[in-house]
Amino acid sequence: MNFTNLFKIAVRALANNKLRGFLTMLGIIIGVASVITMLAIGQGSKRSIQREISEMGSNMIMIQPGGEMRGGVRQSAEDMQTLTLSDYEDIVNETRYVAATSPSVNSSGQIIYGANNAPTTVYGISPDYMQIRQYKVAEGDMFTERDILTAAKVCVIGQTVVDNLFPGGENPVGKVIRFQKLPFRVVGVLQSKGYNSMGMDQDDLILAPYTTVQKKILAITHLQGINCSALEEKYTDQAIEEISEILRRNHKLNPTDEDDFTIRSQQELSSMLTTTTDMMTVLLAAVAGISLVVGGIGIMNIMYVSVTERTREIGLRMSIGAKGRDILAQFLIESVLISVTGGLIGVVFGVGASLAVNAIAHFPIFIQPWSVLLSFVVCTATGIFFGWYPAKKAAQLDPIEAIRYE
Amino acid sequence: MASDMKEIIRLEDIRRNFIVGEETVHALRGISFTIREGEFVTIVGTSGSGKSTLLNILGCLDTPTSGEYFLDGVSVRTMGKNARATLRNRKIGFVFQNYNLLPKTTAVENVELPLMYNSAYSAAQRREKAVQALIAVGLGDRLQHKSNQMSGGQMQRVAIARALVNDPAVILADEATGNLDTRTSFEILVLLQKLHAEGKTIIFVTHNPEIPQYASRNITLRDGHVTSDTTNAHILSAASALANLPINDD
Ligand SMILES: Nc1ncnc2c1ncn2[C@@H]1O[C@H](COP(=O)(O)OP(=O)(O)OP(=O)(O)O)[C@@H](O)[C@H]1O
Ligand SMILES: [Mg+2]
Repeated sequence: MNFTNLFKIAVRALANNKLRGFLTMLGIIIGVASVITMLAIGQGSKRSIQREISEMGSNMIMIQPGGEMRGGVRQSAEDMQTLTLSDYEDIVNETRYVAATSPSVNSSGQIIYGANNAPTTVYGISPDYMQIRQYKVAEGDMFTERDILTAAKVCVIGQTVVDNLFPGGENPVGKVIRFQKLPFRVVGVLQSKGYNSMGMDQDDLILAPYTTVQKKILAITHLQGINCSALEEKYTDQAIEEISEILRRNHKLNPTDEDDFTIRSQQELSSMLTTTTDMMTVLLAAVAGISLVVGGIGIMNIMYVSVTERTREIGLRMSIGAKGRDILAQFLIESVLISVTGGLIGVVFGVGASLAVNAIAHFPIFIQPWSVLLSFVVCTATGIFFGWYPAKKAAQLDPIEAIRYE
Repeated sequence: MASDMKEIIRLEDIRRNFIVGEETVHALRGISFTIREGEFVTIVGTSGSGKSTLLNILGCLDTPTSGEYFLDGVSVRTMGKNARATLRNRKIGFVFQNYNLLPKTTAVENVELPLMYNSAYSAAQRREKAVQALIAVGLGDRLQHKSNQMSGGQMQRVAIARALVNDPAVILADEATGNLDTRTSFEILVLLQKLHAEGKTIIFVTHNPEIPQYASRNITLRDGHVTSDTTNAHILSAASALANLPINDD
């Protein structure tokens, strides 16, 4: 008995019961489609986070006021006033492993130009910030150290702000926009960065001299944060150590006191995020995998029913010369055909659903070729595994009894 | 009866016991006979006399508890399951009381089935043989009819075509006319007589006491024994019997 004939026999048997075959397939279709979609979402966010982090600069270090939260309530970072300008200056002057440093203050509010207005956030920073966060100016220029000294009312704006305030397509450079009644002259426009992995718009911001934001918007003298970058990623730990020493000294902390500031490195953040997304991927895939198993049990169920229903057919096939292994092969091929066809359709639906999620919800997705391949292998395995017992049962029937079965 | 014809079947003291719980049922208690090529043998006997049990052994579906069985010169008793399956595929043609056609399947595909399990045949040869067999049973114009679109008589013809398609050494029929009305039964008998005339070997198990008149030999079973084994010198023609049947027979 050759395989081609067995294959033909199995296809014929399935064709005789198309609706049932399709319903059985549904379980597998849904299972595979969800596995692929979930893996695509999980892998997509992981990749986009990794990309963002490297775009942001993997050597970035962020300093915030206030210690690590250990249970209990912590004041919000903005309310703590422990970071000062002299901290910033000492970091600039006294470190060897820090390449760039920028103070950070920010304020959210409505931005207005003519009849157009939109909510956004103004970040008060120094020009070093561009290097730390890897922002680039697309049009015009970045403001200068001089603008910082004079607390000039100048700003560089992100692409979303441009779209909101200048829908007509005018050149924003040189225009004066208002933030909380304060006029700012636009000196430059940032290169677009798009959405990040959390679905946040990275172009919805305004950069202005920190002195201007401190004095004219917030009316404060302390800093809400300091951003630095280490010389190279591998010097991150040394840089953190230096910064920590300076801050503890400036804040007159005893050796037993806890830090009154928090230093986070991009490295740390990145491994944390990667762990989180990995866990999310595993979780999503596990849930999806369960539906695949349920689909497999569906196949087993239908194959059992089918074997019982076709007992006479099996008896007949045996009496005209089918061996036990021919019957076994026929039913195995049937169940593998169901699961693999279901798998194929599932892959199509899964890829479609992933693309839809990407288009509608701005979720980053990434369809890994191995996840498609894996689904195929799993489907075939499911077909064989769950088809085996019903097929074995069919193969072990006694032809004399089977052919008399009513 | 040409006794110089080739021996197709030889049974030597065949016994078949079934163990049911504590008891042993002796279905066959020592059966011996020889059937030669070209014989049309009917086997009759009361219900429970062992006809089906005997036919299952002849068809290599079952093996005797003791005794020797030679089919076309080959000893079947010591064969394994798979070897017997192959033997059935090459040497036996079965016809069943309830036809046992595959549902929703065309006549040609049903007839092709035995050859599907024989890799010596290509798809084209298979089709060719199936069409020939269907023409031989008078269904040349029903090749693509599905099994559920045919009458009982037509279905039994398809089943006979299926039994012929592998050129078997012997055709075994168990109550092949049991589900059919008198007229259709005679039509099937006409067909079997035609096959007999063409030299086919046929063994036909039946309850109907008239049928042995149309065969060349009759074996009667009782309680697992052969009680008579007679050659029929005056074989009646099923065709003329059919012609004499009243039109609205039942
Ligand atoms: N698988 C089995 N297990 C136990 N006993 C069996 C089995 N098959 C047949 N028998 C017994 O063997 C005897 C012969 O049965 P068999 O079916 O051969 O009779 P039969 O002549 O074909 O009867 P019928 O004309 O009713 O078909 C019966 O007593 C029956 O009960
Ligand atoms: Mg019987």
